[in-house]
Amino acid sequence: MSEKKTKRRDFLFTATTAVGAVGAAAVVWPMIDQMNPDASVKALASTEVDVSSLTPGNTLTVLWRGKPVFIRRRTQEEIDEARAVKMEDLIHPEKDEDRAKNPEWLVMLGVCTHLGCVPLNDKGDYNGWFCPCHGSHYDTSGRIRKGPAPWNMEVPKYEFVDANTIKIG
Amino acid sequence: MSDHDYRPKSKVGQWFNDRLPLLTLANHLTDYPTPKNLNYWWTFGGILTFCLITQIVTGLTLAMHYIAHADMAFESVEHIMRDVNYGWLIRYIHANGASMFFLAVYIHIFRSLFYGSYKAPREIIWIIGIIIYLLMMAAAFMGYVLPWGQMSFWGATVITNLFSAIPFVGEGIVTWLWGGYSVDNPTLTRFFTLHYLIPFLILGLVVLHIWALHVPGNNNPVGIDIKKPSKDTVPFHPYIVIKDGFALLMFMIVFAFFVFYAPNILGHADNYIEANPMVTPAHIVPEWYLLPFYAILRSVPDKLLGVVAMLSAILILAVLPWLDTSKIRSAVFRPLYKQFYWILVADVLILGYVGAMPAEGLYLLIARVATAYYFLHFLVILPVLGFKEKTLPVPLSITEPVLGGSPNLAAARNKESKIE
Repeated sequence: MSEKKTKRRDFLFTATTAVGAVGAAAVVWPMIDQMNPDASVKALASTEVDVSSLTPGNTLTVLWRGKPVFIRRRTQEEIDEARAVKMEDLIHPEKDEDRAKNPEWLVMLGVCTHLGCVPLNDKGDYNGWFCPCHGSHYDTSGRIRKGPAPWNMEVPKYEFVDANTIKIG
Repeated sequence: MSDHDYRPKSKVGQWFNDRLPLLTLANHLTDYPTPKNLNYWWTFGGILTFCLITQIVTGLTLAMHYIAHADMAFESVEHIMRDVNYGWLIRYIHANGASMFFLAVYIHIFRSLFYGSYKAPREIIWIIGIIIYLLMMAAAFMGYVLPWGQMSFWGATVITNLFSAIPFVGEGIVTWLWGGYSVDNPTLTRFFTLHYLIPFLILGLVVLHIWALHVPGNNNPVGIDIKKPSKDTVPFHPYIVIKDGFALLMFMIVFAFFVFYAPNILGHADNYIEANPMVTPAHIVPEWYLLPFYAILRSVPDKLLGVVAMLSAILILAVLPWLDTSKIRSAVFRPLYKQFYWILVADVLILGYVGAMPAEGLYLLIARVATAYYFLHFLVILPVLGFKEKTLPVPLSITEPVLGGSPNLAAARNKESKIE
């Protein structure tokens, strides 16, 4: 086969197609990005919660960014149980000390990391949480111990504004 | 298309048809040569067309009263049920219509599996059908979210979270689908938009599905190629129109039974509780028509692999024409395939049953065995069977054996009765 010489017209075809493709992509992107969280959703980034009424052994559930957040005031037994667990026994190894900086307070997203259901309090084989949807068991530190969920329940960014108020986000 | 030489009788008709050949199309559809041995399993194409139109008409009327907003959706559905004239009827027809649609489509699909309708030269009809089936599932899922009840909300949460199983980009895709950090108002409004759009996409695909069907013509219970038109065919009108019409009447009796006597039996009581992002219902189950796939999802202990298995279970159907290596279409002449066919039917029903049960203990074990068998059927049994199976002699035409002209079918019938 004889080699075909590149002509002016071939160059024009390639250049036109390339510019057309870039133009099409530039128009398609806004159509895709409009579905991402909008400014008003992003604006609801933090919530302040009064936890003064919470006694040890109880959990407060608050809504943050449309998702439930568990605030658990843990008893000494629960803390001891969570801290006694060996790292080898964990599916997603995380120290309780890292999850609960102040051991009495455990703050985490009440969302099962499997498919997003809300786990039930004080249930399951590890005295922590149990997800009724597909049977994931979490311990007193909210770490996954048994079931299909791949990770521990997520600890969001939070801080104590004063002794009785937690700011989430 | 067969009748290129058609000419309308009237002058006006000719004038119009020369400019837009709609009358030629109408003539093609009425004269369309159809195998004369089509049984009642072939009436579900017409029934499905009826289902689609019913969903579109009732859906349009519901959309006149429904409000797609997280704060008002639940109340607007109750408003439809209590205040809107005949709103209860229209909504019950729409909600049960979805179930009836799936009932009909499953019969339609299993008819194809039994009579080998997906084989050459009908692969494109089959693949378009699978795309329609996928769109039906998407439309049904999003429609179920619209009343914004507890099952709506948590069903949407669980199903959209399936995408989070995708490595690296999963979480980003889920946030994108939601338009926020959880299922909320932006999710509801986009689901409503897509739920409105999809039926019209399906309608377009149905036109292609029928067009692709009219190129080779219908398969038939004997599964042989026939000459068209010939002694083996009858015109679509009036023969098939009457048969389809009678089957449709029978189907509408079942439909009406659900609408008037058991309108909520296929739904979940939890969906009459307004969506609450703080509390998950104790037992989340999808609608009955998605249960077999739900069972497959839960039978795999790994999150990503579970999602992959569930999607594969559906997509494997698209390559079925190439997995089935047998040249014989109809199971009537495939003694071994016929038995595996019924095992597959039982397997899917079992998957549907365990999908509704909690995923633990014996149910989980059964789900795993049934899932394994499902894939075994398509990936091993079907390809091997085409080479190993000793098929029965196939008649040369539909008419011949009936008139006693061919010994083939008689021989086949003898062998068949011996096997059974």
